[in-house]
Amino acid sequence: MLATFDTAPLWISLKTSLVATALVLVTGLAAAQWRVRRRSRAWEVLDGLALLPLVLPPTVIGYILLLLFGREGPLGRLLLRAGVLIVFSWPATVIAAAVVAFPLMYLTARAAFEQLEPALLQAARTLGANEWQVFRRVALPLAWPGLAAGAVLAFARALGEFGATLMLAGNIPGRTQTIPVAIFFAIESGDNMRALAWVLIVVAISFAVLAAFGVWTRRQRAFLSRSLAGAMAGARPNAGGPAAAGIED
Amino acid sequence: MELRVEIEKRLPDFTLEVAFRAGGTPLGILGASGAGKTMMLRVIAGLDAPSRGRIELNGRALFDSARRTNLPARSRRIGMVFQHYALFPHLTVRGNIGFGVPQVSGPALKNRVAAEIEQLHLAGLEDRYPHELSGGQQQRVALARALATDPAALLLDEPLSALDPHLRSQVERQLGETLARYSGPALFVSHNLEEVYRLCPELLVLSAGRVAAFGPKEEIFSRPPNLAVARLTGCKNFSRARRIDTNHIEALDWGVALRVNEAEPVAPARIAIRAHHIRFSEPGVSGAGVSNGANAANTFPCWIASRNETPFRTTLYLRLNAPPAGAGDYHLQAEIFKDRFSEMESWPQPWRVHLDPARVFLLPD
Repeated sequence: MLATFDTAPLWISLKTSLVATALVLVTGLAAAQWRVRRRSRAWEVLDGLALLPLVLPPTVIGYILLLLFGREGPLGRLLLRAGVLIVFSWPATVIAAAVVAFPLMYLTARAAFEQLEPALLQAARTLGANEWQVFRRVALPLAWPGLAAGAVLAFARALGEFGATLMLAGNIPGRTQTIPVAIFFAIESGDNMRALAWVLIVVAISFAVLAAFGVWTRRQRAFLSRSLAGAMAGARPNAGGPAAAGIED
Repeated sequence: MELRVEIEKRLPDFTLEVAFRAGGTPLGILGASGAGKTMMLRVIAGLDAPSRGRIELNGRALFDSARRTNLPARSRRIGMVFQHYALFPHLTVRGNIGFGVPQVSGPALKNRVAAEIEQLHLAGLEDRYPHELSGGQQQRVALARALATDPAALLLDEPLSALDPHLRSQVERQLGETLARYSGPALFVSHNLEEVYRLCPELLVLSAGRVAAFGPKEEIFSRPPNLAVARLTGCKNFSRARRIDTNHIEALDWGVALRVNEAEPVAPARIAIRAHHIRFSEPGVSGAGVSNGANAANTFPCWIASRNETPFRTTLYLRLNAPPAGAGDYHLQAEIFKDRFSEMESWPQPWRVHLDPARVFLLPD
């Protein structure tokens, strides 16, 4: 039975997850940067909207996406005019995966940026750096471990996406059938061996990604925490004591 | 070479309202914590915007509320040394110092960075990260980083406060050399008056967001214009005052009449003397130990209510004219070196305390 094992879902899943992660990395970073520069609490409403995909059932997300990208949907009609039909196409798997993965990237990126010492960014500005340079030369390298963690979480979530993908992209073998969808239909048709094989493959991929990430972050974090701890130790606020003792010679 | 500042900024607790000019010599900014010192630097650097006013550097408007000018921090050409240095932890010493000069490329950049490394005695440390440096080295890197951009003005926010005491004097001396070499306006914020006095010929005293005094340091220390400045410059002894005649003032809180040298027409609100200007003499031995011995004016019997010791000095809390009722019952606080105190310790009380007419000073309200 496994002699006819079709590996297409693996490549579709990897391609979809990678493209979705790349998309989410860029948009999540941009959104997080944009957000940390705004202090007003009014923006928390927008935060709620950005985080919605994290709490909604994937079928609900899938249905909303269908409404948006369907032939009669506002985005669908716009794209159709350009000759593109999203529903039941490969890009649909990317859209579904990106939408559910976005909150994870956005949340971790925001946390990473919020933890940056404001004085470091200000120091860069007094040294003549413009906002792009402040981001690229200070914020990005210092927040990097957090951002990478967000990207890994986003990749894992994209890889596991099922409900929204099935609703928006369907189950077209060789085109939109990702591993989770393949597992579902293998079990549906009683092909337990095939399902089990896919389960093992997914577990192996996830494990490999997490292990590689673990090794990498340990190195990064060790370096950065040593640096930050060292920088702080050299700047103990009270090392000199309340020096205004008032002895004026 | 001139920095002109005339700004107003509303803060939660008070309004920062300052106006001053700084030229080529370092200007010390003294004030209690929360007086607005750091905020003032941040406003000048462009990290915070004032509510209104004008900031001008060498004739160039950095901020002008009337003309809606507000240059961003990056275009102001103001070097800033932050209180905890804010060195970039992911960059080496060379990377930190070179951060602000990428416009110059190749050899020119290298020379600029090398010059600052040389000037601030950082040779051999170029490839280290900030966490691998001592506090004093970090401070020098912060200074080199600010100077490498060739700033038109230099702002230093408590650059010595984060250092251990044994490092301070050496780092302070090097900072003094750097400030002497730097030709533009330099503002040095501190709450340590000894430090400010040693490093800056001119002083600006901030109190609750306002300029309480501004001028040459000697003048401010010897003749504080008001109570806030007297306190901030370390004066400990104040009494409400009432004028008796041209040369005599009644110190109401101390219960004594004092002779004064100055004859100002205005009625003074307070009379004051610094703790280390108070002199003592042994009871019964006329004039001994009094610096200008012939003049025994302003000499009173005193008792010690309590005392306090630092490694080299003793602080005595004195009650004038009568024995104290308890440790908290005192009029004056005197500070003397320990070896002097060990000579005096065996004297029978009451001692005689002398408040030199040349040392007491009057303060308006």
